[in-house]
Amino acid sequence: MPKILVVDDSSSVRSFVRDALEEAAELRPAEVVEATSGFDALRLLPRDQYDLVITDINMPDINGLELLAFIRASERHRAVPVLIISTQSSERDRERGLSLGANAFLAKPLDPHSLREGAARLLHSQRA
Amino acid sequence: MDGIDGAREEFYSEAQELIDTLSRNLLALDAAQKAGLPDPTLINEAFRAVHTLKGLAGLFGSTGTSRLAHATEDLLDELRLGRRELRAELLDPLFRSVDVFTQILLRDKQGLDEPPPTLEPLLSALRGLEQGEVAEQGALEQYALDPGVLAVLTEYEEHRLRASILAGLALYKLRVCFDLTSIDRALDELKERAKPYGEIITYLPTGESPSVDTIELDVLFASAADLSTLVGALGTDRVVVEPIARSRPREGLAPSVLPPAALAPSAPAVPQAGDAAPEVGLERSLKAVSQTVRVDIRKLDHLMNIVGELSLVRSALQRWGERLRAEGHRALVTELQRLGRTFDRRLLELQDGILEVRMVPLGQVFDRLARVLRQVSRELGKDIRLVITGAETELDKLIVEELSDPLMHMIRNAIDHGIEGAEQRRAVGKPAAGTIALNAFQKGNHVMIEIEDDGGGIDAAALVARAVRMGVLDATEASQMSHREALELVFTPGLSTKLEASDVSGRGVGMDVVKTNIARLGGVIDLESEPGIGTKLAITLPTTLAIVSALMVEVAGQIYAVPLAVVSEALAFDGQETRRLEGREVMSLRGASLTLCQLAVHLRLAVAEPAPERRFVVVSGFGARRMGLVVDRLIGQQDIVVKPLGHSLAAVRGFSGATDLGDQRVALVLDVGALIEEVFVLGDAAHDAWRLHG
Repeated sequence: MPKILVVDDSSSVRSFVRDALEEAAELRPAEVVEATSGFDALRLLPRDQYDLVITDINMPDINGLELLAFIRASERHRAVPVLIISTQSSERDRERGLSLGANAFLAKPLDPHSLREGAARLLHSQRA
Repeated sequence: MDGIDGAREEFYSEAQELIDTLSRNLLALDAAQKAGLPDPTLINEAFRAVHTLKGLAGLFGSTGTSRLAHATEDLLDELRLGRRELRAELLDPLFRSVDVFTQILLRDKQGLDEPPPTLEPLLSALRGLEQGEVAEQGALEQYALDPGVLAVLTEYEEHRLRASILAGLALYKLRVCFDLTSIDRALDELKERAKPYGEIITYLPTGESPSVDTIELDVLFASAADLSTLVGALGTDRVVVEPIARSRPREGLAPSVLPPAALAPSAPAVPQAGDAAPEVGLERSLKAVSQTVRVDIRKLDHLMNIVGELSLVRSALQRWGERLRAEGHRALVTELQRLGRTFDRRLLELQDGILEVRMVPLGQVFDRLARVLRQVSRELGKDIRLVITGAETELDKLIVEELSDPLMHMIRNAIDHGIEGAEQRRAVGKPAAGTIALNAFQKGNHVMIEIEDDGGGIDAAALVARAVRMGVLDATEASQMSHREALELVFTPGLSTKLEASDVSGRGVGMDVVKTNIARLGGVIDLESEPGIGTKLAITLPTTLAIVSALMVEVAGQIYAVPLAVVSEALAFDGQETRRLEGREVMSLRGASLTLCQLAVHLRLAVAEPAPERRFVVVSGFGARRMGLVVDRLIGQQDIVVKPLGHSLAAVRGFSGATDLGDQRVALVLDVGALIEEVFVLGDAAHDAWRLHG
């Protein structure tokens, strides 16, 4: 069962993502772990191996870009695919995310379908 | 409640929280602004709330919320980035947005696609504001910042960094190392300590942590303080303060004027190392580290129902114990009783625990009132000060929610009808600004909320005259009325002291509705008013609704529950010692007369057999409003879970709910407030009924 870390400071967004992913057949189904902030993610990452990280960009304290940079710099997690979700339509943040090594970018508003599709694609590419 | 629907429920609750956060920060901003101490973090907090709301709205397809969030976010963005100066007229549409957001959400919840009529005017007002100035560019190259650092800054963080540099602040790197287990607390402590000295721009994990249980971060910090001050204030074995070097001198300042130890002049407002940390800050940091969970109130209701059912199981076990005792198993019964007592204690703790979880501070609703007051007083051009005490007083969540509308009405009335215009106030020697005090406090098992204004008071004579004109009273009744009784007329539907309706509170709208709503919550409302001095409304409420200690009584073969909170005593009653007074049946109780309510008659119960010789009077009510309920039998005291009657029976007066007796029977819970109302106010009708049946 793939293990997915969802990082967002909004509980509604986390629930939305969890609901969309947990029951998805193409994810066979997935186990979703929620982190309520960038710091929370930093706390969870050393304890476990994840198959996919889905993160918001605009979060207080540690933002999604910083989390991404941390993941890419870490021995253990550098290969984990990272999917970035943000309300930020800013081209600038998107470019920064991609240049820091984000694997995919989804802009809000999200729909469960494209979220599932994006997640399944990244999980598949990692296995392949 | 699962799947996407569950997420949708969560959306509403989170959206409401975000709107509350926005409102709270706007109020604080307004107050800070008036005090001449603008705080950029308040704007940023308000921005963050709207920003998150916008994201959520997009996710859940709430178009109205999205559009409004977009417009308010733009304005707040310009404010937080300093592209606009904060002025009262910019705050106005923001305050209005709080109400419109709530209206949109309510409509969404009801499945209405149509946005409220208030949305478009507000959107065009927001669009009508002129554009702010374009933000300044550059500045970042003044510091030798690691490109790796610049690459991970969000747009806002980059703006803050630029603004700090342009404001002449120096940049520092705080290298901190925290245990992962206690990182939230450590971080909050650092934030509180750093706050008086400057602004944290961002936190960057270094990826070089010495162990898996710790994390090392570089905190980018902008400050007007010099290095030694910061080292003294923030430095510990876990926090190392380093200056970030300038790549070139600050424009406009010759390098020679910079003191060698400092990269920026220290501003006079910055506290020096060794200054005691402000106590308020400490308290806030403790609050910030508390862990909270948001729970649907229905889940708590469910738990409470289970507690109620467990009490029923407990009673059944007790009956079995009695049977065992009767059959001679004494040793078993003793053990059973011992276990039973432990069970009772634990059950009580569980019940208290759940009730405590349901409690929320009244401050939640007071914030909303402060917003209404600000808006209405501005609309009417009245200068009014709001003084709040006891915002931390806690009440059941359900009660707090239900209180919002009645309190709103009372505040509007106080502003509109209570507080006089500035000139009129000066003429009678009062300060030009009016004061409305909102006080909450615990009193025994109850919570009191007082709304007090220093306005003109209620013109009792005008009320009486109007009541006579409307045919509510005849001239004789009017002439015999006490001042107090005359004031009570305020709660009569359709009566008002102001002849002209206003936009704000209408024609005394709602005071009867207010009273009904308060009564529905098991509360009472009292009114005091002195001409020229002011008006005080006092609401007495039970602290919780869910579980009630009740006196179970039997009338004409039916069982009813009387909430114990309203019962002062119960007496034996022979039916002999009553007399009639003003159409009501009364008895003497320690020298005073007590109005009686024959429940069997009042509830029009079919009486199969004559009432027993010896009956009981349950003395119930609040304060001066007391009444004796005449019942056939007292069954005993019991904790009951009160369940609402449901829509079809909601209009039935005299009952506040029903409770399961556990033997497949249901008892109705008497609404003593409503009964008193009927017996006193509708005395004549009850009197007729009494004659018919008696």
